[in-house]
Amino acid sequence: MTDTTETPTPKRTQQAGSGGEGVRPIDSWETDFDHTHPDYAANAPQIWDELRDTCPVARSERFGGMWLPTRHEDIAAIAANENGWYTSHEVVVNQYSADDVMPPPIGGAPPITSDPPFHVDARRLLLAPFAPKKVNELVPFATDFCHSLLDSALAKAADSDGVFDAALDYTQAIPVRVIAEMLGLPAEDGDIFRTFIHHIVENPIERELEEEETAEYYLDRHIAEHAANPKPAGEGDLIDHLLGVELYGEKLAPEHVRGTILLLIVAGIDTTWSSIGSALWHFAQNPDDLKRFRDEPEVRPFAIEEFLRAYAPVTMARRVAEDHELAGCPMKAGDWMLLPFPAANRDPDMFEDADKFIIDRQKNRHGAFGLGIHRCLGSNLARMELTVALDVFVERVNEFELVDPASVRFSTGQIRGPRELPIRVHS
Amino acid sequence: MKINYNRELCQGHNRCYMLAPELFDVDDEGYAVLTATGEIPPELHDKARLCVDNCPEYAIELVD
Ligand code: HEM
Ligand code: SF4
Repeated sequence: MTDTTETPTPKRTQQAGSGGEGVRPIDSWETDFDHTHPDYAANAPQIWDELRDTCPVARSERFGGMWLPTRHEDIAAIAANENGWYTSHEVVVNQYSADDVMPPPIGGAPPITSDPPFHVDARRLLLAPFAPKKVNELVPFATDFCHSLLDSALAKAADSDGVFDAALDYTQAIPVRVIAEMLGLPAEDGDIFRTFIHHIVENPIERELEEEETAEYYLDRHIAEHAANPKPAGEGDLIDHLLGVELYGEKLAPEHVRGTILLLIVAGIDTTWSSIGSALWHFAQNPDDLKRFRDEPEVRPFAIEEFLRAYAPVTMARRVAEDHELAGCPMKAGDWMLLPFPAANRDPDMFEDADKFIIDRQKNRHGAFGLGIHRCLGSNLARMELTVALDVFVERVNEFELVDPASVRFSTGQIRGPRELPIRVHS
Repeated sequence: MKINYNRELCQGHNRCYMLAPELFDVDDEGYAVLTATGEIPPELHDKARLCVDNCPEYAIELVD
């Protein structure tokens, strides 16, 4: 038997970063969409589903001109980029033109900002540390850490009528701790990482930063420390690894090392945080799914993939590199092209009952981690963290519910997930 | 039934290895390695179909 539930929508949203003010009202989603608008955060799945029927490649003049495809077919073709019509040089839509440390095809944060042929070489340097068997060595570490978070959260709940914030007290901390461990950066620097992410992903231009506040300053200090204290072969962390590897017979340029470390911090935290949080948000509202997940271990691997499909957190972006036509619309060089993998994951031409959450979905070619050459390098790590976080949560917490659906806050922008998630637990 | 695995299309999503370690292994870079290169025993047919149905890159097919 199969449980099906409509995927619900959040009640309250706020623009990440700027506190919700200042985004111009939307005229029409077909010609004036804005992925940073609170209405988009609140209703994105419905907006995609409508656009797919009425205007499968939507347009907006905002941010200098951008496009939003919603069909799986188009999104997969753009990601595949067979004709070289798109560049990954910038993957987060922004207002200012990037003042890059590294010109194309390398870009500021290789390999995500790199295009072929350089991309594949920069990416290969990172494949081994993120391969499944390597990543699974971190399961005990992640498990212990999740337990320690719940020790504190449940102690807090005991004093406050069973209430704690699953996003702030649990899901947020997990990817931060794990990537700090992998990179060999201090465990207590999570707030620093979040500040970098805030500046890069959520709200690029607030004000000029002081030099000591910048990611470059922080990372250069830690890279220099690593370089001064080399470790024996096989015992190093990811920063040691990047300092040791060679590309085209030479050590990596310092900007490459720094850009990649920053990428690993930025790409892995809000994304995984969102994904674990969305799963808990779903469980809080669907006790039958929670029960099946708890009671039927054989369902769990399917449930993990269904969470990734139904609540895919990441929309990437490209720039159009060459004029061409897509679905009859004129793409012009320089236009932004959003790649909403979450919309592709809801295309009824690709998935049966695409708008339903089916916990043991058997046929699930979801693209939550992207499709094609930029497939999420951290996907094995993200899947491991999601699995461990949910396993530990259902082991420690019996039943739980939302304190109030209206007090859940979802992020806006290209990464979608609950940023505040107050729940009440019953032991 | 046999499995056709196309390394050129594989992007290392690792869905196959997770669903059917009896049929696929994974190399040090995270790409799939087809271990069941011969005739697939009947008790593993369902698992082979699952691999096909969950590979996002269409890198796996079944042949008679
Ligand atoms: C649930 C969590 C995650 C989701 C949904 C996710 C999603 C994605 C997506 C959709 C892409 C494709 C980018 C594109 O086509 O331009 C991507 C790329 C990438 N992700 Fe993730 N990600 C997650 C977690 C992580 C983690 C934990 C890390 C590592 C610490 C990571 C590192 C990367 C890197 C390095 C790339 C660039 C790969 C390349 O350009 O070759 N991600 N991710
Ligand atoms: S599921 Fe497909 S893309 Fe992923 S490792 Fe297996 S064959 Fe490769």
